[in-house]
Amino acid sequence: MNRSPAAPLPRVSGGAARSAHGPNLGDRAWSGLLGLLGGAVLLIVGVVVLALVHVARPALKAGAGTFVSSSDWDPVSGSFGALPFIYGTVVTSVVAILVAVPISVGLALFLQEMGPRKLRPVVSFGIETLAAIPSVIYGLWGLFVLVPALRDHLEPFLGRTLGFLPVFRGAPIGLGYLAAGLILAVMILPTIASVTTEVLKTVPASLKEGALALGATRWEAIRMAILPYSRAGILGATLLGLGRALGETMAVTMVIGNSPTISPSLFAAGYSLPAVIANEFAEATGDVHTGALAGLALVLFGVSLILNSAARLLVRMVASGPSRAVAS
Amino acid sequence: MSAAAPPKIRVEGLDAWFGETHAVRDVSLDVRPLSVLAVIGPSGCGKSTFLRCLNRMHELVPGGRATGKVTLDGEDLYARGVDPVSIRRRVGMVFQRPNPFPTMTIADNVSAGLRLNGWKGRLEEIVERCLRQAALWDEVKDRLHSPATSLSGGQQQRLCIARALAVEPEVLLMDEPASALDPIATARVEELMHELKARYTIVVVTHNMQQAARVSDQTAFFYMGELVEVGDTETIFTNPREQRTEDYVTGKFG
Ligand SMILES: Nc1ncnc2c1ncn2[C@@H]1O[C@H](COP(=O)(O)OP(=O)(O)OP(=O)(O)O)[C@@H](O)[C@H]1O
Ligand SMILES: [Mg+2]
Repeated sequence: MNRSPAAPLPRVSGGAARSAHGPNLGDRAWSGLLGLLGGAVLLIVGVVVLALVHVARPALKAGAGTFVSSSDWDPVSGSFGALPFIYGTVVTSVVAILVAVPISVGLALFLQEMGPRKLRPVVSFGIETLAAIPSVIYGLWGLFVLVPALRDHLEPFLGRTLGFLPVFRGAPIGLGYLAAGLILAVMILPTIASVTTEVLKTVPASLKEGALALGATRWEAIRMAILPYSRAGILGATLLGLGRALGETMAVTMVIGNSPTISPSLFAAGYSLPAVIANEFAEATGDVHTGALAGLALVLFGVSLILNSAARLLVRMVASGPSRAVAS
Repeated sequence: MSAAAPPKIRVEGLDAWFGETHAVRDVSLDVRPLSVLAVIGPSGCGKSTFLRCLNRMHELVPGGRATGKVTLDGEDLYARGVDPVSIRRRVGMVFQRPNPFPTMTIADNVSAGLRLNGWKGRLEEIVERCLRQAALWDEVKDRLHSPATSLSGGQQQRLCIARALAVEPEVLLMDEPASALDPIATARVEELMHELKARYTIVVVTHNMQQAARVSDQTAFFYMGELVEVGDTETIFTNPREQRTEDYVTGKFG
């Protein structure tokens, strides 16, 4: 009784060990290699940050606080303040999020819950196509289509109807925060919509049925059961989109107006962190100018890093099932 | 409980499909008002599908389709122009696995259906009444605003019953409501069915013969999508017409 299970045991485990020996070695080598690569990536990130800090030092002499809080950027007279770029990046990203999130969530609900089944693949294909367009194309489309449309129609209209708000006041010039924000909205829409679709797939069918069995309409079931359950994931999707909006360079450079100023009006021309880095790095005049651009890069890097980590954390919390902290 | 009373639910020639799968075949039966009908049969015989045809939940499954006639107080649920949403408000449902809304508190779960209907009155009283009816009040009265997920499985199931009762349905459909519960919680749910029978007509699917015998007035035996036999529970368990029924209830197969 005691022996019969014990007797084959060494054989089994021995056989398993032997047969697993080859793959095991390969496994170990493989995971070692991956570990090395992962370490190398981290190392590269570290080196980049160190290099940026090194290059930025001349510009940060007056202190990092002054650097990020000064709004005067004039390479010729040697004054470097990062605020207009931080402001421009934040404003355009906020506009992008405000426009893109409701549309993306609507598209995701269409794809996952409400849309006629025949139409779903068409919409899905459209969203994938948006994701595949290079950003310079978005920039060109912005210049030739969006900017004129804003200048001649949307901005005057907003000024007439919502002009009591400071953000919708001022001359409709087309190029500016609004144009950049709208371009960004289109660019981050595929990310948010597809991640939200995945999030909606994790909602248990029993939850939806529970709502419908109470006499909820489809839309009511979405509001009372599906969206509340998904909100952490949708927040994660939003932050992923935000990360992309913060770093986008080319399309924004082409439509934001490239003016290092701060204006409360969305119609005004502005500037963004990545745009000024890309535009001025090649012809930077001297160490301090280069250093200031590197400082901007550090600011951008820090913001993106924080946002992306937060997003990944949230999405993982959703993926790990219903026992996640719902109420938070 | 006179036999002459018109049926609460009358099913005539009901067929249901999942795409090509013919899951319910030509079923006809009556459910008396304020009684409990137990639906029994081996796994996959169409019990859940049948139940879900009674509140038009079946058609929500992709490929789900039903034909035939189901009348509630004489009114055909499948007639043209009938809104399934309004049917589901009259015919409540409790599922096999407790499915409270995890993002809501205990109280909000109970009142969820009422708030849907735009109820403006005092919710607290109704929440209390339904939780009492579901025999859950004493266990949760001090933590009505805790998340529903903080309850045990059996408590969650009684919460789902309270949630279904809050919209004051006429009929309560229960799909193996106790199968995920321990014996004590099961006993409470069975007890509950006895009490609810005074106010609601109940159709309950169960795999548990003893449970069917204990809680129901009538029993329907399904086999491979067909209704083999329906009758008074006592008859079905002691003196069924069909050999297959006898074999099943005595545990010879299934
Ligand atoms: N979503 C579905 N798609 C396709 N076929 C289905 C689906 N759900 C059920 N079926 C099929 O329909 C038939 C009846 O299923 P149903 O769920 O009604 O059985 P049941 O009697 O409730 O079984 P159980 O006791 O296991 O719950 C089965 O043959 C099943 O395979
Ligand atoms: Mg079933």
